[in-house]
Amino acid sequence: MSVAAHDGIAVFTLRLADDCLVLSHRLAQWSSRAPTLEEDVALTNIALDLLGQGRSLYALAAGLDGSGRSEDEYAYGRDERQFLNCQLVEQENGDFAQTVARQLLYSTFQQHLWSALEASRDETLAAIAAKALTEVRYHVDHATRWTLRLGDGTVESHERMQAALERLWPYTAELFEDDDVVANGGVEPRLLRAAWEADIDAVLTEATLQRPEPAWAPSGGRRGIHTESFGYMLAEMQHLHRCHPGATW
Amino acid sequence: MTEAREPLWEVFVRSKRGLSHNHVGSLHAPDAEMALRNARDVFTRRMEGVSIWVVPSAAITASSPEERDPFFEPAADKVYRHPTFYDIPKEVKQL
Repeated sequence: MSVAAHDGIAVFTLRLADDCLVLSHRLAQWSSRAPTLEEDVALTNIALDLLGQGRSLYALAAGLDGSGRSEDEYAYGRDERQFLNCQLVEQENGDFAQTVARQLLYSTFQQHLWSALEASRDETLAAIAAKALTEVRYHVDHATRWTLRLGDGTVESHERMQAALERLWPYTAELFEDDDVVANGGVEPRLLRAAWEADIDAVLTEATLQRPEPAWAPSGGRRGIHTESFGYMLAEMQHLHRCHPGATW
Repeated sequence: MTEAREPLWEVFVRSKRGLSHNHVGSLHAPDAEMALRNARDVFTRRMEGVSIWVVPSAAITASSPEERDPFFEPAADKVYRHPTFYDIPKEVKQL
């Protein structure tokens, strides 16, 4: 394996790890604020699944990039520009419909990604993918059921669900971007696009929702460029660690 | 928290070693499918079960506290209904 290819897999792994951590933190922000107690538990369960996936990926990345960093160093010791998550997962929770839309769009992508990575030549990555896949299938199921109920629910829930899709749709373009990293990372996301669109279209049709027209395609998350709200999220997430480095309880 | 307008469901979970579903609690959900998933999240997070039933609470007919005496009091003085007056042969391992 060439040095470049080796770096490619390290960066590819870090991108996935950051996706998991950032989406996990966004979902954790629903804790004690979800519409019902049951949904509170459901969203935080999903957050914990993603955090577990992120931890495995950070451990793998630390070996691949040769830094030997701990998961805390990745999570709490990096600045905004060093995070390589896609911009979709960092988008604010908004109302419940926006969280459901974000889950549907990302979890469906993640399901296809993990499926493809099960065949990764990196055995550890393949094992993480196999374990994560059963969890993500449930995340897709959860998001799908809520999309159907909100989309085909009341006039207001339909409007909010459609508005959430319009708001988040542009950020899905970045999921399928190609660059040198994905070429070496084992899976080229653009190859997942057709299957992802078919899944999303099937859900939206049943939910009586319209697939938004691609208006613009923001990009940059994979290179460390993020949207405004992400900095605030990180500041809150990292605050304790920055005040008391190495704090434990 | 918004006011919950979703119906209430009773949840029954069959544990790995158990043969029957046991009542574990109740929760709110808009319909049966969501109730099943909520039950999975709320009651089987620590691998407690291998099967879940959800039943609309409204479908349960319960005895009322006012009926307690006529329902249960008559059994109180009928000790002979308890199988405590028999000698169980040693050969019988389980009864």
